[in-house]
Amino acid sequence: MNARVKHVELHADDDGLSPGDVMLKIENVSLSFGGVKAISNISFDIRKGEIRAIIGPNGAGKTSMLNVINGFYHPQQGVITFRGKARSQMQPYEAAASGIARTFQNVALFKGMSTLDNIMSGRTLKMHRNFFWQMINVGPARNEEIEHRLKVEEIIDFLEIQHIRKTPVGKLPYGLQKRVELGRALAMEPDLLLLDEPMAGMNLEEKEDMSRFILDVNSQMGTTIALIEHDMGVVMDISDRVVVLDYGRKIGDGTPQDVKNNQDVIDAYLGVSH
Amino acid sequence: MEATGVTAGGKPVTFPQYLLLNAKRFAARPAMRFKDYGIWQSWSWSEQRDEIRDLALGLKAMGISEGDRIAIVGSNRPRLYWAFCAAQSLKAVPVPVYADSVAEEMAYVLNHAGVRFAIVQDQEQVDKIQSMAAEIPQLTDIIFDEPRGLRDYDRAHLHDFGDVQDKGRGIAEANKSAVADWEAAIRASDGSEVSAILYTSGTTGRSKGVMLTASASVKAAEDTAAFDHMSEHDEVLAYLPLAWVGDHYLNYAQGYVAGLCMSCPESPDTVAQNLREIGPTFYFAPPRVFEGLLTSVMIRMEDASRPKKWLFHHYLGVAKAYGEKILEGRPVPLSGRISYWIGDKLIYGPLRNVLGFTRIRTAYTAGEAIGPDLFSFFRSLGINLKQLYGQTEAFLYVTCQKDGDVRPDTVGPAAPDVQIRITESGEVQFRSPGMFSGYYGDEDKTRETMTPDGWVMTGDAGIFDAHGHLKIIDRAKDVGKLTTGALYAPKYIENKLKFFPNIKEVVAFGDGRDFVSVFLNIDLTAVGNWAERNNISYGSYQELAGLPQVYQMMASHIDQVNRDLSAEPMMAGAQIRRFLVLHKELDADDGELTRTQKVRRSFIAERYGPLIEALYNGATEQFIETEMTFEDGRTGVIRATVTVADATVHPAVAALPEAAE
Repeated sequence: MNARVKHVELHADDDGLSPGDVMLKIENVSLSFGGVKAISNISFDIRKGEIRAIIGPNGAGKTSMLNVINGFYHPQQGVITFRGKARSQMQPYEAAASGIARTFQNVALFKGMSTLDNIMSGRTLKMHRNFFWQMINVGPARNEEIEHRLKVEEIIDFLEIQHIRKTPVGKLPYGLQKRVELGRALAMEPDLLLLDEPMAGMNLEEKEDMSRFILDVNSQMGTTIALIEHDMGVVMDISDRVVVLDYGRKIGDGTPQDVKNNQDVIDAYLGVSH
Repeated sequence: MEATGVTAGGKPVTFPQYLLLNAKRFAARPAMRFKDYGIWQSWSWSEQRDEIRDLALGLKAMGISEGDRIAIVGSNRPRLYWAFCAAQSLKAVPVPVYADSVAEEMAYVLNHAGVRFAIVQDQEQVDKIQSMAAEIPQLTDIIFDEPRGLRDYDRAHLHDFGDVQDKGRGIAEANKSAVADWEAAIRASDGSEVSAILYTSGTTGRSKGVMLTASASVKAAEDTAAFDHMSEHDEVLAYLPLAWVGDHYLNYAQGYVAGLCMSCPESPDTVAQNLREIGPTFYFAPPRVFEGLLTSVMIRMEDASRPKKWLFHHYLGVAKAYGEKILEGRPVPLSGRISYWIGDKLIYGPLRNVLGFTRIRTAYTAGEAIGPDLFSFFRSLGINLKQLYGQTEAFLYVTCQKDGDVRPDTVGPAAPDVQIRITESGEVQFRSPGMFSGYYGDEDKTRETMTPDGWVMTGDAGIFDAHGHLKIIDRAKDVGKLTTGALYAPKYIENKLKFFPNIKEVVAFGDGRDFVSVFLNIDLTAVGNWAERNNISYGSYQELAGLPQVYQMMASHIDQVNRDLSAEPMMAGAQIRRFLVLHKELDADDGELTRTQKVRRSFIAERYGPLIEALYNGATEQFIETEMTFEDGRTGVIRATVTVADATVHPAVAALPEAAE
């Protein structure tokens, strides 16, 4: 008779790596579109359990870098090693299946669907029953649906968006849409979460909330996070290490403090008289 | 029906005794619901008793004993409500604190109450309390409900609520007599202990800790639960601040006494949705909530299609004509009943459903004056909305309206077993079963509030109308007298005028003068709209305010108010004789209003001295020059010649016999 829901911990899969080990390694990667060099010869790594920021002025190649990591772009040169497995060509769905989730600079949700359904869609890869099972929705398919719904409710609770559970996301303010998008990415229970400008266009309070969520995701779920962000205050506060890009080249890499004192970075951001 | 629990072997005198009784008589009935992970979880009375017992035994093992104070901080959650009863079962004293108070305020209360333990909702409250630890030396341990974000905190004096319960459960399993001892200790109480200290919100100075004794609290709750025929079949949604006397009384105290089911919303943002899902049978909200509901309904109707709009407004008219009469069982022609029945199927029923009011048997509002139209709107939809008057010192109820005997302008006769008297100066004083035993640690304040013969001073001025209903007219210190000796209550007159949508702000004058006069501010939206509909052109607020047609409109509103006043023997002498419409809106930027939009009477009297003079020296117009601040911070001078007009005064009507209505 006791209908209480047991608390289920959401967390990244155990992949044999311990915190601090290199999870993703990028070596000498170059990417160009025709004559335009978006990324030239960049190397850096992301360690398990850290929050890694990628910063740089407009057009520096940050989003291209994320697109390379999750297999949307294929670099002409270089090697990407994820969890010890090197690859040169990978499709986005393979990246997703191997535990990489992302959010987008411009929110990319299903506008007509509710918050709940949007986050539920993040569970697609975790569904074992096929389309026909789900259509008849009995027995194992139903049980599985309940299990997934519980995970999704965990995320809704985590992100404090209970009040918009049934609201179509198109009707929501921008800050909340960003939160729903984060929720969908979390529904994949990713090992590596890529966030493309999670705080763009937010006010101070929304930024504070989002920063807290990112830190909580990192500490409670143990998810490794790579994020692109323009708000330097936020980047300096929440990230463990920062890589700085400018015109497709890497000009700095290290702790927020190192980067802040790096002359090339200062020049790139503040401009320099030639 | 065992509604008030007077049966089953001796009458309980504490809330934990009611818990044991309810766990027996309503064992399988729901006592508590909470929406978690999108599903309503529920606990029966026997399960609730077990949860509370586990917590109590855990707390006891941690060293809590009789007389210790335990702070409870957070939003409406089952675990925090259990903490009340668990503390009371050990004769410890729960001290709920407003969850949104800032760290300094919270530290003041925790220190003043000398709390040993704090049971809090989440990291936010833990942070606040820990940041002020130096100010609260007696506090040793904090127990939290939600572990989120607290992973890396030092756990030496910080405990998970679940762990404390586990400890208690372990004790209960290892030692059968522990449970029996706990129950025996609860049964042994004679109800003379302090059962809670509720801190006042502190609008006037520092908050004061109102001590309530167990048996008195229980008696008060029994009285009102019986008054409103509450039983174990009732449901409430606990959404008001946990530390506020209203929430504690209406949900916890009445809940235990009646054995009803309390529901806690999923989060403060989901209250409206949860209200719809639960459909409570008993509901309380301050007037501004009802006002917000009405506005949102009206705005959404504006977007509806034309036939729907017509239907809505047509049946609203029907409801206005017959709704309240039907609710109160007064005679209504058959055709009216049929129309209302159709309206109920088409409009009122669905509307109540959308608002979550489908199952409401009793709804209360209190705290400030409610507009008669607003009040009638909800009543005409078939919602039994009533008014009560109360305060923390009374453990809520002083007066309340009886079903079928409800008026928008009174707060009803004395509640059951409550005695009320009105002093020479017009102040309302009461003696009630639930009245407090004193302010915690503040003898002086207690003496200031309680008369030597045991009456509590409310600080409110009131009068009884011809039917024995109390009317609260103002704060006692603001009430004055005219030179004619007539009672003058500025807020009472101002509120009556402000209920007209065309009037935004009113300042009344009269204390120590020959008659009452008022400054008016028109409501630009409402009057502007009216001007547009009537093809009256105007260039500015000042011009609109000075138009003769606007003066006519205001005069008719004042006439209406004067007529109302003339029907009240105590108030007939304080009718408005002269008025003027101010040439500018009163504004907080100019210091004329407080930031909470309350009129600063003395400042206005000084600033508009010449105008007040004109009100009393018989002039028909007066030139005035006023400095004002624009929105961008620049200042300028506004000059105007303001018209002063006379109002009609009605002869006082002798108190009418009831039948004449």
